[in-house]
Amino acid sequence: MGLISRMSTVIKAKVSNLLDRAEDPRETMDYAYQKQLERLQDVKRGIVEVVASRRRLELQAATLQANASKLDGQARQALASGREDLARLALQRKEAALAQVQGLDGQIADLEQQQEKLTALEERLSAKVEAFRTRKEMIKAQYSAAEAQVKIGESLTGLSEEMADVGLAVDRAREKTESLQARAGAIDELVAAGTLEETTGGQDMLEQQLSRITAGQNVERELEEMKRQLGLPKAAAPKQLKEG
Amino acid sequence: MIIRIATEGQYRIGGKTLSKVGDIDDRLLAAMHSEDKAEFSKLLGSLIDVVRKEGQPIPIDEIVESDLVLPPPDTSLEEARRLLTATRAATRL
Repeated sequence: MGLISRMSTVIKAKVSNLLDRAEDPRETMDYAYQKQLERLQDVKRGIVEVVASRRRLELQAATLQANASKLDGQARQALASGREDLARLALQRKEAALAQVQGLDGQIADLEQQQEKLTALEERLSAKVEAFRTRKEMIKAQYSAAEAQVKIGESLTGLSEEMADVGLAVDRAREKTESLQARAGAIDELVAAGTLEETTGGQDMLEQQLSRITAGQNVERELEEMKRQLGLPKAAAPKQLKEG
Repeated sequence: MIIRIATEGQYRIGGKTLSKVGDIDDRLLAAMHSEDKAEFSKLLGSLIDVVRKEGQPIPIDEIVESDLVLPPPDTSLEEARRLLTATRAATRL
């Protein structure tokens, strides 16, 4: 075997670290049991982290979705007032927001998978820990240290391997969650700033223009409203903005 | 023969499955040497499928040591290489 046998060596190297502690095997059993309980707590914490990350991403997706609807409305508004250039900018931003939402949806699905995985892991580990506890108590009650060494050997090795594997699974889930959290943090900033530089890439000029224009539009509307109230003639269509 | 899919669980497999595993494992190593990421992922996926389909899952409350350990199903070529580096370090000790 090529890759697999080497992979096995890695896991087994980690496993033997635990077994090296064996002086009185009955103490080792208790130690291994304690370690397992700690691992189980790790898994539970991992689940909580994944759930929190998922909620955060869901919230971001909802915000971006709302932004997209708003931009759609702005585009209509711009078009109705003869500002195709504005409408185009708003639609570009809307598309960028929707692209982000799609990306987030993928990540949310990913986190759901992690959550399922960790939940299954928790169940598996709980069962193993319980089986080990029963075995340990039985051996402690019935055997001397030397006999216990033999009796517990297999299940202690098996348990240590299980522990190494659970540790690996938790680490991987955590790595994945952390990278998604970092991304979520970046998106948070973007959502707060009302920009989507990440997907529109170097288009902040356009964004600046858009916000200036949108603000300008409100001014125009107010102006028109004022003119109407004062019985003044309507203004000519506003000038088109220069490109870029 | 007991085989573990890392981060997932253990299975008991027979000789027939084991030879399939060995065959895919050889190709997996070849894919790694030729830097073929797509082939590596595909082979790892089929390796794990074989074990899942043909293997008999170890009961959840049974504690037993594995003879072989497969990498986690979502292992990338880069990760596998890092693991191998770790292996070399471990075997030197």
